[in-house]
Amino acid sequence: MRIVNYFPLFILFLFSCQNNKSNETSNELPSNSIFQLTSEWQNQNGDTLHLKDLQGKTLVVVMIYTTCKSACPILVSKMKLIESQISRKDIDKVSLVLVSIDPETDTPEFLKKFAKKNGMEGNQWVFLRSNEMATQEFANVLSMKYKRISPIDFSHSNIISIFSPNGQLVEQEEGLEINVENVVKKVSKVVNSPK
Amino acid sequence: MLVMKKSFVSTIVLTTVLLFACKRQAEQIVSDVKQNLVSNELHPIEVNTKMVYIPGGEYKPFYSSDSDRVFVQSFLIDERPVTNQEFLKFVEANPQWRRSNMKRIYSDSVYLRDWVGDLEIPKGALLDAPVTFVSWFAAKAFAQSVGKRMPTLDEWEFVAMADAEVPNAREKKKYSDDIIDLYMQKDRQYKSVKLSPPNYWGVYNMFDLIWEWTDDFNSILTTGDSRAGEYDDKNMFCAAGGATSATDILNYAAFMRFALRASIKANYNIANLGFRCAKDTIVVSP
Repeated sequence: MRIVNYFPLFILFLFSCQNNKSNETSNELPSNSIFQLTSEWQNQNGDTLHLKDLQGKTLVVVMIYTTCKSACPILVSKMKLIESQISRKDIDKVSLVLVSIDPETDTPEFLKKFAKKNGMEGNQWVFLRSNEMATQEFANVLSMKYKRISPIDFSHSNIISIFSPNGQLVEQEEGLEINVENVVKKVSKVVNSPK
Repeated sequence: MLVMKKSFVSTIVLTTVLLFACKRQAEQIVSDVKQNLVSNELHPIEVNTKMVYIPGGEYKPFYSSDSDRVFVQSFLIDERPVTNQEFLKFVEANPQWRRSNMKRIYSDSVYLRDWVGDLEIPKGALLDAPVTFVSWFAAKAFAQSVGKRMPTLDEWEFVAMADAEVPNAREKKKYSDDIIDLYMQKDRQYKSVKLSPPNYWGVYNMFDLIWEWTDDFNSILTTGDSRAGEYDDKNMFCAAGGATSATDILNYAAFMRFALRASIKANYNIANLGFRCAKDTIVVSP
């Protein structure tokens, strides 16, 4: 009899608190999270999205432009190498994000073609482009340097960044001699760290 | 009967406890939502800084990997840096850019470091002294809120070629020496703007008070320096050292500015780093 009295009450309160709880989590974005940026982006499928839509996965991010002939192909191959070395049980918890520094040329169609040509077509691959202003802002968030040096070419620093699922910078590897093993280890650590 | 009563009392107690727990959570949520209500949207403010018209022209960048000359389009530039008073107006209208609301993605922890409060400039500071301890993100937001933008590095340096007499004084030894002397003065950022004479264009305080952000400050790549992991894509396998690409070695002051720009990040706030705004002269129809 007593137990019967308690149960409905408990359940009621549990549920009401639970609802609150889920609201609360969505508001817990850290102030240094890249998901604080409000810029709009397009992916290789032409979908419009905000960086916040990438929340929940560990991110490996690099900025490139697809028509680049020298440094970017090296960076792209490093990204592929990283992807291939991430444990298959973790891969659906990771997004590998390639952000264009040449949004004019790198339209969604262009990015899609580039992804296909380079065999980067799984759900884990995200290609993004926006406008000049958002691109510049994002580059500055990554402390990345770049400059258009001719109508078709850019100088740029080569940085691969790892972000936690809530958008906080975990680590950056700079230079073309990026230590793939180190990045893979770090990604695995972030993916498997308790929330 | 007694058992029933006991259970009733304990139910009440439990309910109350649970209610309070929920209430506290609810309050927490309200405060979170309030935080989120601090909108990212910029509210425009009005400042009446005089702008100076700079007719475009050719210019040889100090630090370029080739001898290419850059053509700078005509533009407008603020005659002086943004002041404490103007920045105060900006944060009054834009709570999200107040010190206590500043998002860490946009700034390190020393944003507006010496301000007494969110809406109170540093103790003893002059309202018409240049604002400092502002990150690039904050400077950019300010410029947007007044309907302007930040000058590009080339635009800023184009204006900076002038001394009081000629638009391009780079060849004069005195020009560089004078700037170096100014750079050496301590605590110069606390002085009011426009107390020193303007340059050829009528632009004040290019050198004497503060260093200034430019929109594309992050475009300086010391080409060929593999340690920094930066490569000029065009000349990636050509080891041209950074120093040899300086076009005007005598201009040590310019070298200092470029070294500073190359070494800072957009979230930095520095004691003698401020900014001024610029604007296009050409109206592009949508």
